[in-house]
Amino acid sequence: MSVAGFSVERWTRPSIAVAVSSAMLLCGMTFLPFIVGPAILDRMTTLFIYVILAATWNALAGYGGLVSIGQQAFFGLGAYATIRLSDYGVNVYLAVLAAPLVVALVSFPLSFPMLRLKASEFAVGMWVMAELFHLLVNLDPLVQGETGTSLIALNAYDVGQRNALTFWIALATMAIVLIALFMLLRSATGAALQAIRDNEEAASSIGVRVTTVKRIVFVFAAAGAAIAGSLWLASAISFQPKTYFSVQWTSYMIFMVLVGGLGSFEGAIVGAVIFYAMEAAFGSAGVWYMIGLGAAALLFSLFMPRGLYGTFGSRTGVQLLPVGYWLRAAPSEPAAGRLSKTAEA
Amino acid sequence: MIWIGQIFQGMLLGGYYALIACGLSFMFSVMGVINLAHGSFAVLAAFALWAIAEYAGLSPFLGWLIILPGMALLGVDFQRLILDRSTRAGFLIPVLSTFGLSICIDNSLFERFGADTRSLAPYIGDLSYDSWELADGVFVGKLAVYIFLAAIVLLGGLQLFLSRTHLGRSIRATAVDRDTVGLLGIDASRVNSCAAAIAMVTVSIAGAALAMRATFDPYAGAPQLLFAFEAAVIGGTGSLWGTLVGGLALGVAQSVGAQINPQGFLIAGHAVFLVVLIARASFDRVFDAWRAVILPKARAS
Repeated sequence: MSVAGFSVERWTRPSIAVAVSSAMLLCGMTFLPFIVGPAILDRMTTLFIYVILAATWNALAGYGGLVSIGQQAFFGLGAYATIRLSDYGVNVYLAVLAAPLVVALVSFPLSFPMLRLKASEFAVGMWVMAELFHLLVNLDPLVQGETGTSLIALNAYDVGQRNALTFWIALATMAIVLIALFMLLRSATGAALQAIRDNEEAASSIGVRVTTVKRIVFVFAAAGAAIAGSLWLASAISFQPKTYFSVQWTSYMIFMVLVGGLGSFEGAIVGAVIFYAMEAAFGSAGVWYMIGLGAAALLFSLFMPRGLYGTFGSRTGVQLLPVGYWLRAAPSEPAAGRLSKTAEA
Repeated sequence: MIWIGQIFQGMLLGGYYALIACGLSFMFSVMGVINLAHGSFAVLAAFALWAIAEYAGLSPFLGWLIILPGMALLGVDFQRLILDRSTRAGFLIPVLSTFGLSICIDNSLFERFGADTRSLAPYIGDLSYDSWELADGVFVGKLAVYIFLAAIVLLGGLQLFLSRTHLGRSIRATAVDRDTVGLLGIDASRVNSCAAAIAMVTVSIAGAALAMRATFDPYAGAPQLLFAFEAAVIGGTGSLWGTLVGGLALGVAQSVGAQINPQGFLIAGHAVFLVVLIARASFDRVFDAWRAVILPKARAS
C-alpha cells in the first residue's frame, strides 16, 4: 500500500521475529509437564492466569475506556459455574472450559444497564454487582455460604495428571485469549475500540457504534475473568466465595495493567510477569506487600499512566506485536534513502 | 406492626447512609470524581476517634473537635497531591489513583490496629442504647435519631452554603468550567481545596456516626463506599437532597430485606440499586426514542 510517497505497513522485522518466537515459546511450553515437577507447573499455571486477567482487564479499561472495580464478579462466577456444572455431572475439565461461556451469557444482559453508567459510576457500579453476585452465590446450598465447597470431581484424576491437564488448559486458554485479543484489536472493531479510547464523542460522530463495541469488549473481559476463575479453582480445588469474589483480584489486575502499560497489548503481559515476580519476592510480607501494591497503583496512575512498557514504547517507537499501523516514507522516494522516523497510526 | 417498625428503623438507618453519601455526592457534583477512598477515609476518622477515646480518655465529641482540622487538612492535601493531578489526566485516572489510595489506607490501618473490630459505643455512655418509645412496641434509638438529624442538617447546610455564600457559588462555578472561572478572578485550585476540605469534614462526621452506631475494622471502608455510592446513585448522583432520598430508600430496602430473609439485608439493598439502574436505563431509552422519532414527527405535522 502506498499513498503519495508513503507506505503503510503492519509487520516490521522485529515484530515478525517476536511473533514467531512467542509462537515457538508457546509450543515449546506444551512439553513442560514431561520435564519439570508439579510445583513448577503449578507456578506456571498461576502466571498464565495472571496474564489472562491482565490482558482482559486491559482490553476493558485500556481499550474500551471501561474501568471496572468489579471483575471479581466474573472471576467468582466462573469458579461457581464450574462447581455447579461439575455437580450436574459434566466432566470437570469440560466444566472448566464451559464456565466462561455461561458467564458470558450472564454478562450480556448485565451490560445493558451497566454500560449506561458514566466512567466512575461504572467502576463502582460493577463493584456493587460483584457484591450482589457474591451474596446470591452464598444462597446456593451447594456452596454452604462462606464455608464453601471443593471441586471434588477432580478426584477422578491423580495429582500428576491433574497438574499437567490444568497446565495445558491454562496455556491453551492464555494463547487463545491473547490471539483473540490480538485479532480483535487488529479488526475494524479494534480500530473502533482505540478510537473510543482516544475520544468517545469524536468516535461516535464519525459513525463508530460506541455501545455495541463496548458491549463486545465487556463480554470478552467477563469471559476472560471467568476462565481465570475456573482455572484458579482447578488448581486450588477449594471454593470459598469470599476468596473468589474478593476485590483483591481487581486490585491485582489494576496493578498489572498500570505497571505494564494501560492500553498497550504487550504492556499487560509485561505487567503480569512483573506482578508474578513481585508476588514471589514480597508476597510473604503480607500487609506491607498490599500497601506496596496500592502505592504502586497510585504512583503509576499519577506519574506514569502509560506504564513501563507504554512509556518505553512511545519513547523508542518499538512495537513488538503490531496492533496498529506504521506510516513510513516510501523507499522509492529519492529524499528517503533510509527509513525515516515513523509515526504510529 | 413489625413491618411499620422495620420501615421506621430502615428510615433511621437511611439517615446514616445519607450522612456517609453526603461527602461522596458533594465531591462528585463539585469535581466530577467518585472518590474510591471515601469509605477508607471514614474508617480512618473512626479509628482516629477510637484511638483518642482509648488512649487519651477523651469523649468522642471532644475527639471529633480534635480530628476536625486534621481531616480538613487531609482533604486539602488529598486534593493538591492526588485529585488535582489525576482529574487533569482524564476520567480513568481518578478512579485508579483513589482506588490505589484506598488499598494503602485500609492495609495501613490493618498494620497499625490489627484485625479486631472496634466500636465507640463503650465511650458514649447510655447514648448507645437509650431509646424513646413512640408507640406500643415501636422503639427508636436516640443515637439513630441524632444521626438522622445530623444528615438532614448537614445536607441542608451544604445546599444553603452552595446557593447562598460566595465560596459556595465559586465552587459551583468551578464545577461547571474550571478554566473560565480563572478569568473571573477565582483561583480554581484553591476553591477545589476548600471543597475537598468540606467533603472531608462531612466524612469525619460520617466516620464518627459509623463508630458510635456499629462496629468497624480496617477493611470496613469498602462496604461504606458501596453504601454511600448506592445511596448517591439511587437518589440521582450529584443532587444533595436526592442523596437523602437515596439513603432512605437503601435503608428501608435493607430493613425490609432483613425481615424477609436473614441474608436479605444486603441483597435487598443491592437489588434496589440494580432496579433503579435498569429503570433509569429503560427510561433513558424511551426518552431517546421520544426525541428521535416522536418529536420530529410532531414538529413536522
